[in-house]
Amino acid sequence: MDFRLTEDQGRLRDGLRQALTDRRLDWEELTGIGVFQLRVPEQDGGLGLGLPEAVLVFEEAGRAVLSGPLVGTEVAAAVLGLGGRAEVVRVPARGPVLVPELPGLDHVLLLRPDDSLAVLPAAACDASPAPAVDPDRPLWRLEGDLPPGERASAPQARRVAADATLLTAALQSGLAARAVAEAVAYARTREQFGQPIGAFQAVQHLCADMLARAELARVAVYAAAVSGDPGEIAGAKLLADEAAVRGARDCLQVHGGMGFTWEARVHRLLKRAWAWEQAGADRDRCLDALATHL
Amino acid sequence: MQLSDTPAEADFRRRLREWLGKTLPELPPAPEPADWPGRRAYDTAWQRRLFDAGYAGVHWPVDAGGRGATPSEHLIFLEETELAGAPYVGANFVGLLHAGPTVAAEGTPEQRARFLPPILRGDEVWCQGFSEPDAGSDLAALRTRAVRDGDAYVVTGGKIWTSHAEVADWCELLVRTDPQAPKHRGITWLAMRMDAPGVTVRPLRTLAGTTEFAELFLDEVRVPVGDRLGAENDGWRVTMVTLSFERGTAFASEAVACRREVRRLARAARAGGAWDDLELRRELASLEAEFTALWRLVQWNVSEAAARGVPGAGGSVFKLRFSEARQRLYDTAARVVGTEALLDGPWTAQRLQGLSYTIAAGTSQIQRNIVARRILGLPKGR
Repeated sequence: MDFRLTEDQGRLRDGLRQALTDRRLDWEELTGIGVFQLRVPEQDGGLGLGLPEAVLVFEEAGRAVLSGPLVGTEVAAAVLGLGGRAEVVRVPARGPVLVPELPGLDHVLLLRPDDSLAVLPAAACDASPAPAVDPDRPLWRLEGDLPPGERASAPQARRVAADATLLTAALQSGLAARAVAEAVAYARTREQFGQPIGAFQAVQHLCADMLARAELARVAVYAAAVSGDPGEIAGAKLLADEAAVRGARDCLQVHGGMGFTWEARVHRLLKRAWAWEQAGADRDRCLDALATHL
Repeated sequence: MQLSDTPAEADFRRRLREWLGKTLPELPPAPEPADWPGRRAYDTAWQRRLFDAGYAGVHWPVDAGGRGATPSEHLIFLEETELAGAPYVGANFVGLLHAGPTVAAEGTPEQRARFLPPILRGDEVWCQGFSEPDAGSDLAALRTRAVRDGDAYVVTGGKIWTSHAEVADWCELLVRTDPQAPKHRGITWLAMRMDAPGVTVRPLRTLAGTTEFAELFLDEVRVPVGDRLGAENDGWRVTMVTLSFERGTAFASEAVACRREVRRLARAARAGGAWDDLELRRELASLEAEFTALWRLVQWNVSEAAARGVPGAGGSVFKLRFSEARQRLYDTAARVVGTEALLDGPWTAQRLQGLSYTIAAGTSQIQRNIVARRILGLPKGR
């Protein structure tokens, strides 16, 4: 056993982190460096890598809070061999079916309540724009009867659901780490009572709990990528959602009044964490999946 | 990211499993929890079996008499012995996990030859004399005095929370040798015989009703200078070596045990009807996720420690989450068994014992301080 990243994995992660720190890569640049062809076999023009590499890439995407149909496009290529932009959407237990950035999509990978998967041409979906909480993730509400689309096989449906859940967990894990970093950076510089607020134990312990949640989520995501176990994937998503949502809220709290402003942009972490919390598999679905393994 | 065994690790695991399968049925029944001499005899006999089979001090260096196994193999040892239901390290805990590794790291050749073999063979039991009534989380505030008198230190003071003191042969003792120095710089590490004149042991009753630890009263106890580890007044650094061992793999067996406990609890819930309660079922599912991830965190920390040689501050993240999750597990058990939680029983005993987890080996508050300062680099307050 050596759970650490291999040298190649470390280079992949560090390189992408550096690139995303320098500036925001646009969709064409992400496509150009192979983000969506990561797991496509080399003979088919892909990079021929595995889920562990994919979660490292998506962790960095989450840290940078990248927008766009990242997960669906990668999963469509890796599992279904489909090119073009795709989004994985699950028919929710409550509320409307919402699709992010529908007009830019080629495919909607629709997971139905019976766990079947329908591949819908995005252009065939009847939808109207809906005002979204997350300003960087516009939403469209599907209306009327959903087109039947092309039904995928049961193993494909399971893989799409599992991979989308795990990669979304990786996004959340990266976002959680970002929340820790932003909170700590602010706590070290913001002064009250004559010292940085990060010197107060009340703030320190908030940050320590944020880090503990983010670290546990990170190893859970890595381990689920290595084992591919459905229960472990559900657990990883559960922990990563908690790390991201609570981390973003704590980050906002550490920022005090500034955190409540639009300009401070801390709210974007929280709004994205809320969106990703419902993507892939939500909390209840993860818990029920875990319970079947007990 | 490699979670599976290497061929060498798989071989180590297979041989260990075979040995456990052969050896465990030969063990006598475990003694009653209150039978301290019986527990010592049982624990040390198990240690002797490990020694004879070459599994004593699996992670100790070869030149200290250990097996020199890699951290991964040590983890396999802890995992397999726990899964097989082998005896817990018990009375050998301080010797194998604290005092022994410290002597191996800091001792003279004579000290290593004197102290290490009896620990590995299960001949001698150690206890830990660190905490004092007025030095708990602030360990460096300890006041037990040691005054040099010829070739001995004369020790006077008191220690508390000393596990296995009733049956121990030796105590790894922290004493103040320079009251004028800053508090971290006037401390010395001594190996004290528990049968030395002036040592009095008074068992302490825990809230669970058991006597798991004791108070030590030290009245002019003479400790030979030759039983000092490291230099005089260098005991704090020597101690930090010990504590870093405590935060490495020390809780790995318990992490394995807790994963099994969640499954056992799920079975109890199915049998008793609690499984039909959606909220309770989801709480059990959440515990399953937590303990699975905590086991992965152990594997991560061990892989990191293997690469860097010493366990890092990541152990504090584990300790923090693990002790709180463990308390949550037994609170959930109380909901699963209903009114039975008000009666003496195995789940109740665990729930009571569990109250110590966020206190012992560094409180959760201290762990958060460590995470905030050492990992996150937040400043120290005024």
